[in-house]
Amino acid sequence: MKDFIIPDRDYGTPASRAKTMVTLTIDGFDVTVPEGTSIMRAAAELGIQVPKLCATDSVDAFGSCRLCLVEIEGRNGTPASCTTPVAAGIKVQTQNAKLEKLRKGVMELYISDHPLDCLTCSANGDCELQDMAGAVGLRDVRYEAIDTHFKAKDNSGKANPQWNPKDDSNPYFTYDPAKCIVCSRCVRACEEVQGTFALTISGRGFDSRVSAGLKSDTFLTSDCVSCGACVAACPTATLQEKSVIELGTPQRSVITTCAYCGVGCQFKAELRGDELVRMTPYKHGKANRGHSCVKGRFAYGYASHKDRILSPMIRDSIADPWKEVSWAEAMEFASNRMKGLIETHGRHSVGVITSSRCTNEEAYLVQKLTRAVFQNNNTDTCARVCHSPTGYGLGQTLGTSAGTQDFDSVEHTDVVIVIGANPASGHPVFASRLKKRLRQGAKLIVIDPRRTEMVESAHIKAAHHLALTPGTNVAIVTALAHVIVTEGLFNEGFIRNRCDWDEFQDYAEFVSQPKNSPESVQLLTGVKAEEVRAAARLFARGGNGSIYYGLGVTEHSQGSTTVIGIANLAMMTGNIGRPGVGVNPLRGQNNVQGSCDMGSFPHELPGYRHVKGEAVRDIFEKIWGVKIDDEPGLRIPNMLDAAVEGTFKGLYCQGEDILQSDPDTKHVAAGLAAMECVIVHDLFLNETANYAHVFLPGSTFLEKDGTFTNAERRINRVRKVMSPRQGYADWEVTMMFANAMGAGWTYTHPSQIMDEIALTTPSFAGVSYEKLETLGSVQWPCNEKAPEGTPLMHVDGFVRGKGKFINTEYIATDERTGPRFPLLLTTGRILSQYNVGAQTRRTANVVWHAEDVLEIHPSDAEVRGIKDGDWVKLASRSGETTLHAQITDRVLPGVVYTTFHHPDTQANVITTDYSDWATNCPEYKVTAVQVGSSNGPTEWQQDYNAQATLSRRILPAAE
Amino acid sequence: MSHDAHTKLVYMANQIAKFMESKPHDEGLTGLSSHINDFWEPRMRKHLFEVLDAGGQGLRPLVLEAADMIRRPMAA
Repeated sequence: MKDFIIPDRDYGTPASRAKTMVTLTIDGFDVTVPEGTSIMRAAAELGIQVPKLCATDSVDAFGSCRLCLVEIEGRNGTPASCTTPVAAGIKVQTQNAKLEKLRKGVMELYISDHPLDCLTCSANGDCELQDMAGAVGLRDVRYEAIDTHFKAKDNSGKANPQWNPKDDSNPYFTYDPAKCIVCSRCVRACEEVQGTFALTISGRGFDSRVSAGLKSDTFLTSDCVSCGACVAACPTATLQEKSVIELGTPQRSVITTCAYCGVGCQFKAELRGDELVRMTPYKHGKANRGHSCVKGRFAYGYASHKDRILSPMIRDSIADPWKEVSWAEAMEFASNRMKGLIETHGRHSVGVITSSRCTNEEAYLVQKLTRAVFQNNNTDTCARVCHSPTGYGLGQTLGTSAGTQDFDSVEHTDVVIVIGANPASGHPVFASRLKKRLRQGAKLIVIDPRRTEMVESAHIKAAHHLALTPGTNVAIVTALAHVIVTEGLFNEGFIRNRCDWDEFQDYAEFVSQPKNSPESVQLLTGVKAEEVRAAARLFARGGNGSIYYGLGVTEHSQGSTTVIGIANLAMMTGNIGRPGVGVNPLRGQNNVQGSCDMGSFPHELPGYRHVKGEAVRDIFEKIWGVKIDDEPGLRIPNMLDAAVEGTFKGLYCQGEDILQSDPDTKHVAAGLAAMECVIVHDLFLNETANYAHVFLPGSTFLEKDGTFTNAERRINRVRKVMSPRQGYADWEVTMMFANAMGAGWTYTHPSQIMDEIALTTPSFAGVSYEKLETLGSVQWPCNEKAPEGTPLMHVDGFVRGKGKFINTEYIATDERTGPRFPLLLTTGRILSQYNVGAQTRRTANVVWHAEDVLEIHPSDAEVRGIKDGDWVKLASRSGETTLHAQITDRVLPGVVYTTFHHPDTQANVITTDYSDWATNCPEYKVTAVQVGSSNGPTEWQQDYNAQATLSRRILPAAE
Repeated sequence: MSHDAHTKLVYMANQIAKFMESKPHDEGLTGLSSHINDFWEPRMRKHLFEVLDAGGQGLRPLVLEAADMIRRPMAA
């Protein structure tokens, strides 16, 4: 729909990328545009809006509405300006008596089959059809509406077979065929922008209809992924957000950043008063370029969900019910407890967990709390359980702990390896951009045990799917390197220039060993050697090669080793330092990059600088006025071990649900239960809060100012859209607590925290809120050398100097299948839900995924007598749980798969405490299990639920 | 409890050793010791030294060899 708040101009057709420029004249004005630009767009550049209905600049020109006609001197007829490209020297007229008459005629026909209920229409004030009727000066309609699509009954009172009822099956938007002008913008958006191809035009001529899936389908039962691209593209009320139907058109908007995955899409939060009417993807958002997914666009209802806790609460023991108290009382209680613990057990007995869902400024303050106030380095973040191996592996090989590219880079790639990631579910907007490139001809190699949506879906098919046995990433990646080295496919010039040639020789000797050949590892990985060889050749010789990876790489005993192997592959093929290539970790949470940048890890201060460095400590000691501990602190699993052992007693945990998201739930529960002061700072009484003594209510991303840093190192502004419902932004709550501990902090706005970050952290030296206002966003490093940020890293040399090749010896995980546990469980995400589901489970997204199910191959199911939909027991050495089975050949025989979005399932009761050798990142992706029939929830699930119910009791506030 | 803690740390140290064993010997040795120095909190190193001082049972040879280069935590 047209933008009526901040006019993001619609240029009608997409920009041309041509370098050659062409000058033409439109309505007497000269304009110079790239070759291939449409006349419509060239006119828009001049500020001349040619009337249009079927054109919008998010999709290719279609030329169906015939409203954008123009005349070109010396040419016959009245061509459509959207489909006619510019030519040098032509003279175009966009308005004259002939064109006016033609346009009126076109509009008259449109209006003759459209209801004239503008006043009560949900698109009133936001309808391009309405606008165009005005723009062309339509004053009367000569045709009587006899045969129509919009009247439920014809003129004789009989049911009109052409009329179709509204489809409101989707929880977030409606499809009203009566309002449709069949401009095909929705169909094209679904194809070109989203890449799902769920929509089509069925029928021909007067029978043409927008149709989702088959005739028997509704929007909900079709392939529609509810990304909202069609709704954004629709010029009328045909596809309309239910929130707009209910609340009316918004009247102001605030540009902010999505708080779901690491893509970091920018949105316009559109409001009426302080009521959020809708979120629409921001066209100038550099990560998403105007696209969105079902989570960011629609799943924001959790912010106003009844489960949100709005008052601080305390209790003496976790067996007690909660007592609601004032902020002051909560702070006094919490700080007294923490001070007592520090006094009795020493300053190392307490720590913090920063949140990858909160802002950079908030993560910075939480780590500052432990370093400057508690005076230890016991800080960690949920990156521990997702991308800590990325930090280690890329730091060792390339020199920085971050992806090398921007998301735009995918538009220039020729061969893509996607390994251990399913962007179609986890990073949907990136997946749409990738699929667009694949439809243009780029080749794809998927390395994943499961046949994900990326392997094959509408109009895309991977050239190679290496369906490996879970836990054998290192073997496959090393085998790819083996082929590249032994077949001489490596880029010698690049390696000699940018890496250490002698070091490469050692590495080459290592990978060339016969044990690393695809033929040798075939038995381990289950992937045919020929397939591995073909994939390696394609990657090495196919042009710009890029690698995108996710938690299927990192969450293994050898997670760090695989990351190193990936960096090796990129370096040996020279795929670093220009558009279209690179090593790209797909970050799980909105600000997991940022929380790592901000010094959330126990061994490093902000900017990835180890605490052992005296010069680095000195910078912070001067500003903070305290002595900083020079020893690394405890990581999350180490904190829990120390708690069980009795030396770790108190934890401040912001926006992270370790009990649900960390492995081996029983061990986490034991660790938490052993602590004497657990402070949970969150939106909801999450699972961890069952073991908390203090609950500090949190604020949502809509309620505070700050910044998030996405997977491409892009620092995006988060803007306060409405006041915090519980009174304070999270940074204010942390400051209140720190001050109760005696810190004396005096920040009055997050911009001051960013100024402190810039002052202390070289890669952020040039970042300020002012600059973010001017540029929209910047990618770090942003400093004197790169005042506008750094879209591509390692362009002229690696950050560490020479790129370092490191041997990647495959070592099998100790988590092995055997007679008792013969299957391998691997875990992942689904599109509609996000992580532990705390947010998305509290939205209508549950219609797509109401519970976690166990995917199992038909042959494994058959031998166990399991039918589709059966209630099954899933057991590992660590524990057991129950869930429903789904029989599918997306998983290989011997492999089962589930998601971890629902606390009832407790998938992490099953996962073990094996972890990455370098970072202790848990091995979520491989657990030996057995599956059998079951009658219902296990004893553990029942006990757990009973404990959770008891623990969530809240006493009425005392007067 | 302490037995469990030791088992876990021995396992972790050996995991690091297995990675470092694929490097040239000296590089692996420094790699292992500096990894533990850089990432292991003093409590964890203290437990590791309890095992080492008792003869280092269960630890891979590279860990035993690197012991001198691992920083012994100061008494808390």
